Amino acid sequence: MKLKALLAVLFLGIILFWAVGDLPAFGDPEAPATQYTGELYIRSVLPDIGIENIVTAILASYRGFDTLGEVVVIFTAGISVALLLRRGGRL
Amino acid sequence: MRKNVIIKTISRLSVPFIQVFALYVIVHGALGAGGGFQGGVVFAASFILMIIAFGLTCVRQRFSYRWIVALSALGITIYATIGLLCLIPGGSYLGYGSIETALGVPHLHGYLIDAVEVGIGITVMATMTSIIYDMSDRGGESS
Repeated sequence: MKLKALLAVLFLGIILFWAVGDLPAFGDPEAPATQYTGELYIRSVLPDIGIENIVTAILASYRGFDTLGEVVVIFTAGISVALLLRRGGRL
Repeated sequence: MRKNVIIKTISRLSVPFIQVFALYVIVHGALGAGGGFQGGVVFAASFILMIIAFGLTCVRQRFSYRWIVALSALGITIYATIGLLCLIPGGSYLGYGSIETALGVPHLHGYLIDAVEVGIGITVMATMTSIIYDMSDRGGESS
C-alpha cells in the first residue's frame, strides 16, 4: 500500500516538474498573464470608474456580482455555524 | 471570570483604536489598500479581544445575537439594494455607471463603491462575531 502511494506521489511530482519548463519566467513582461486583461484594466479603470484603486474597482464594480456572491457565502457560513453550534435560544 | 488587570486595561484602551482603524480600512477601500472584507475582519478582531479580556457574557450583553443577525442581513441588503437601484435609470444590475450618468453627479460611481464596501464590512463583521460567539460558547446557563 505504501509502495503504491509512493509511486503515485512520484508520478504526480514528475508530471508537475515536467510542466514547470513551460511556465513563463518569474516577472516576465511577455507572459500571457500580464498582457491582455491586466493592461486593459490599468488603462480603463480611471476613465470608467474614477477611483484610484484598481483592485477595488475590479472587485466591487467589474466583478460586482461575484463579490455579492462571496458576501452571501460568508453570510451562509455564519448562519450554518449558528444552526449547528448555537445552544438554546433563537437565531 | 478573569481578573487580570493588565489585560483588561490594555484591551480597554486599544479596542476603540482597533475599531477606528477598521472603519478607516473600510472607507479607504476606493483610494488605497483596504476594503470591506479586511475592515470587517479587523472590526470583528476588536470583539474577539473584548471576549478574551472581559468574557463572553459581558460582550454578549452589549452586542446581542439579535443585533448580530440583523446586522449581518443588513449588510447584504445594502449591497443588493444598491444593485437594484442601478436598474431604475435603465442600467444593468450592479452597474453603477447608470446612476452616475442619470443623476449627473461626478464621482458618484466611487461613492457607490464605498457604500457597497460598507455593506460588505457590516456583514463580514457581524458574521465573524457570530462565529466567534458560537465557538467560544461552552453551553449551559453561565456562559
